[in-house]
Amino acid sequence: MTLKYTKDHEWVRVEGATATVGISDYAQTQLGDVVYVEVPEVGRKLEQGKEAAVVESVKAASEVYAPLSGQVTEVNTELAGEPGRVNADPMGGGWFFKMSIANAKELDALMDEAQYKKFVEGLG
Amino acid sequence: MRYLPLTTADRQAMLAAIGVPSIDALFADVPEAARLHGLLDLPKAQGELEVERALAAMAAKNLSAGSVPSFIGAGVYRHHVPAAVDHLIQRGEFLTSYTPYQPEVAQGTLQMLFEFQTQIALLTGMDVANASMYDGATSCAEAVMMANRVTRRRKAILAGNLHPHYRDCTRSYGRFVGFETVLADPDPTERQDLSRLIDRETSCVVVQNPGFFGAVRDYTALAASCHAAGALLVMVVTEAVSLAAIEPPGAMGADIVAGEGQSFGNALNFGGPHLGLFASSEKYVRQMPGRLAGETVDADGKRGWVLTLSTREQHIRREKATSNICTNSELCALAASIHLALLGEAGLQRLGALNHAKAVQLADRLAAVPGVSVVNDTFFNEFTVKLPKPAAAVVEGLAKRKILAGVPVSRLHPGRAELANLLVVAATETNTEDEIAAFGAALQEALR
Amino acid sequence: MSDWSQAVSAGKGAKPDAASGGATITGNRGLRIEELLLFEQDRPGRTAVDLPEPPKVKSRLGALARKRPVGLPGLAEPQVVRHFTRLSQKNYGIDVGTYPLGSCTMKHNPRLGERLARLAGFADIHPLQPQSTVPGAIELMDTLAHWIKTLTGFPAVALSPAAGAHGELCGIMCVRAALDARGEKRTRVLVPESAHGTNPATAAACGYTVDAIPANVRGRVDLAALKAKLGRDVAALMLTNPNTCGLFENEIREIADAVHAVGAYFYCDGANFNAIMGRVRPADLGIDVMHLNLHKTFSTPHGGGGPGSGPVVMTAALAPYAPVPWVVRGAEGLRLVEHAEGPAKESLGRLKQNHGQMGMFVRALTYMMSHGADGLRQAAEDAVLNANYILAGVKDEVSPAFPGTCMHEVLFDDHFLKDTGVTTLDFAKAMIDEGFHPMTMYFPLVVHGALLMEPTETESKEGLDLFIAVIKGLAKRAKSGDAEYFHGAPRLAPRRRLDETLAARKPVLRWHPPQPDRQAAD
Repeated sequence: MTLKYTKDHEWVRVEGATATVGISDYAQTQLGDVVYVEVPEVGRKLEQGKEAAVVESVKAASEVYAPLSGQVTEVNTELAGEPGRVNADPMGGGWFFKMSIANAKELDALMDEAQYKKFVEGLG
Repeated sequence: MRYLPLTTADRQAMLAAIGVPSIDALFADVPEAARLHGLLDLPKAQGELEVERALAAMAAKNLSAGSVPSFIGAGVYRHHVPAAVDHLIQRGEFLTSYTPYQPEVAQGTLQMLFEFQTQIALLTGMDVANASMYDGATSCAEAVMMANRVTRRRKAILAGNLHPHYRDCTRSYGRFVGFETVLADPDPTERQDLSRLIDRETSCVVVQNPGFFGAVRDYTALAASCHAAGALLVMVVTEAVSLAAIEPPGAMGADIVAGEGQSFGNALNFGGPHLGLFASSEKYVRQMPGRLAGETVDADGKRGWVLTLSTREQHIRREKATSNICTNSELCALAASIHLALLGEAGLQRLGALNHAKAVQLADRLAAVPGVSVVNDTFFNEFTVKLPKPAAAVVEGLAKRKILAGVPVSRLHPGRAELANLLVVAATETNTEDEIAAFGAALQEALR
Repeated sequence: MSDWSQAVSAGKGAKPDAASGGATITGNRGLRIEELLLFEQDRPGRTAVDLPEPPKVKSRLGALARKRPVGLPGLAEPQVVRHFTRLSQKNYGIDVGTYPLGSCTMKHNPRLGERLARLAGFADIHPLQPQSTVPGAIELMDTLAHWIKTLTGFPAVALSPAAGAHGELCGIMCVRAALDARGEKRTRVLVPESAHGTNPATAAACGYTVDAIPANVRGRVDLAALKAKLGRDVAALMLTNPNTCGLFENEIREIADAVHAVGAYFYCDGANFNAIMGRVRPADLGIDVMHLNLHKTFSTPHGGGGPGSGPVVMTAALAPYAPVPWVVRGAEGLRLVEHAEGPAKESLGRLKQNHGQMGMFVRALTYMMSHGADGLRQAAEDAVLNANYILAGVKDEVSPAFPGTCMHEVLFDDHFLKDTGVTTLDFAKAMIDEGFHPMTMYFPLVVHGALLMEPTETESKEGLDLFIAVIKGLAKRAKSGDAEYFHGAPRLAPRRRLDETLAARKPVLRWHPPQPDRQAAD
């Protein structure tokens, strides 16, 4: 199992050929109470770094970018009724979507847990 | 000067507190070449008396619709607005408040908007309505843009019975925002088969009911044709009172309703400010433009209201907003809401019945004029008559005889010889039998 | 349920307020009266409008008579008047007190405008009457246009846009039309980071990519950064001047020259015109096209959020593309050209039904004529003076975002609240209990926790002195460690802080009738 982070505060957890994507605890704190998540449709092709989803709080809407290129295989349908899961459990039950991985090498550009922790500290 | 409370002494004391020698110091950033040292070539300040005299002189040159028999509709309708409406909307807490961004001190506006949204949803038969738009025509353009977002297509079919201003606005938006509009020919009998024009690139069909020419139609089948092709049906309503008497868009399967609410609570005002209405199915609410008031509770558990789903809007989404719209038509919406509250179900039904009855009487009287025929088989309070000669000159002549005899179709559809003899006329509860008789007699005279 | 028990349920869950006398039967607190929804006061058959019996006619509705009732509640006039009176009492307004909303220009609304807008010769005329029957209406539009053109220095104005954002759309569409006519396709619009959200929204709506320009340390547009982003693919720069930080763009002529050098257009958001009217003409600054907000600078009432009016002034180069209708002076006098033909043949078309916001034209002209050339200039000076007086009065306690003096509005950041546990939002809510409407918060985005205050010229010195004292007092209280006071504010408004998360997660956007079985029980 590999867990990596992007500098836009998305995380991606790779288990075998599937990757699960969500936003980090830092991101959900910054956003405040999440009120709505716009998830991509199953089957949609994603490009690393391009918009994949939108997460809305009362006062802000943020793009969630695809950490890797691939295709959406599953979306978290629970978020429609309970967007607050993103705040309560950002690394677990607050996941956004799962995807197939087009190019595993793209993971190399991402940060591991320790690197991300340092990155967030640097943001002040 | 009566609106400026600062005295000369005040200004001096304030400049001293700020620490600058003169007011000019506070304008130091203005490039020297652009500074105006003297007064602009405009009249100086005037008292209320002088201003009133000047503007009243302009107003006196206009023939007011209430002072003569008046039968003009075409998207703006003369109804009787109860006296209480104008008094209530001039209360300073309504008149001089701002958008309810601090809901704790704006519950008046927010509760009123929640009620208004409910009233419009009920009238249109739709799930949800917003807190109003600028006017019906821009509401129509925004409805098409919403349909484009929902369907991810960019081609709208505009029916031939759509008010030409609504058509033209939508077309302007289409040209610059980047979507295609297919314009069906003007359709006085309102029997176009629009379903032929739908294909898999169509985002929506926009049709008006009652139409610009007055006909009342059932668009249930058209809704089904749209949905079968993955498109939406947008229905336009320019005379909101019609919703009292005819089947609403929601009952016919419309997905979005764009309309004009001026008929309730708002005077003619030479065309503005008016009141854009916007309603849709629940499932599309996050694609809706404009403000939305929603119910919630406060820290003490008391019911209250706030603006909600704001992330659709420009002040948050900026370039990704559903629309660039910022203002709604709040005070006009308040006037409409008060009028609807005063009418209630019973009053509304009677108002609808009265409007239709007056129009039927007018139609019968005009049809009795030699050479004149009524084009419509169905109508609510507005219909089209065909004259034996071009209508524009007839209307101009009748105006000189102090009768406002409807709108010649050529005013809104210029350059179409086949429409030149058509005249759109409306009757409302404000028209008397004497006025109807006077119109009939004058028309007969004018066509002799 | 009887009326008073419904009123109690509307205040359900309310905790008795021990400090001010405890719970009441009604949930009312003196003049602060809880008010049910209209729909909760329905008595079937009741009405407040007496209409005559309709004459019997043969229906022409086809088979399309409405089958089901609309569902409107029935009340009599006393109940309706009471309902809306009580609602109004829950609203703050300019008539109630200082409303220092930056970027909104909440100045006093002269009541003369309300009287004159209601003259039958303005209010009771139909836009599609023969033009020969409304020469005074067209004359009013022409007179207003003359005042607007003289104040701004431009030769042309499009009167029809219904609001500021609509005016922006109009202005950018004119730019697109002009570029189309030149056969040029440009793709970008430049917008300062401090811009009002309508600016990028408008540019994006017109198909442009939006490029943000940063501010310099003095809070103005960074000229070097702007020049670096300019190119022949830029259609326009959209600027506000004075900008949303309340500062005059002193390099504006250099900015205009740089924009024109690449063949682009200079759009100005005129929302802040109140700071400079009578002292500067925007045309003299190199601007090509600008919208005005009649509901800001020219005091047509805000009305709780609208209606507005956003006429757009423009250069002779852009004028041919202005939307119809045009007010045109010919041999026979003034007329409205309503179609893109004749003199308006290159017009981009129509952006609004009918002729524009006539009711706001009457009010704006009333305002302009009342003030006159001298009064308008004095108003701008007093607006700038008042904002600077606030700045001078509070700057020892509250942190100004930029050094130096300001124009008609003053921007602070939340630095002064550092380590207090009090946010800009908390501070604003405490102002409510003091009887003030909060200033604009969290805008512009270029500073942290922005507080933007615009008093306008219609605040008296004594009023400002009180306002300054309150701002300073609250700032001191925040710094003294009394965060709890701010977190719980407001306590005295008709409602405490409202749960916006709940409203967004579970949107309830209309009233619904109660469940059928409950109705049967009633």
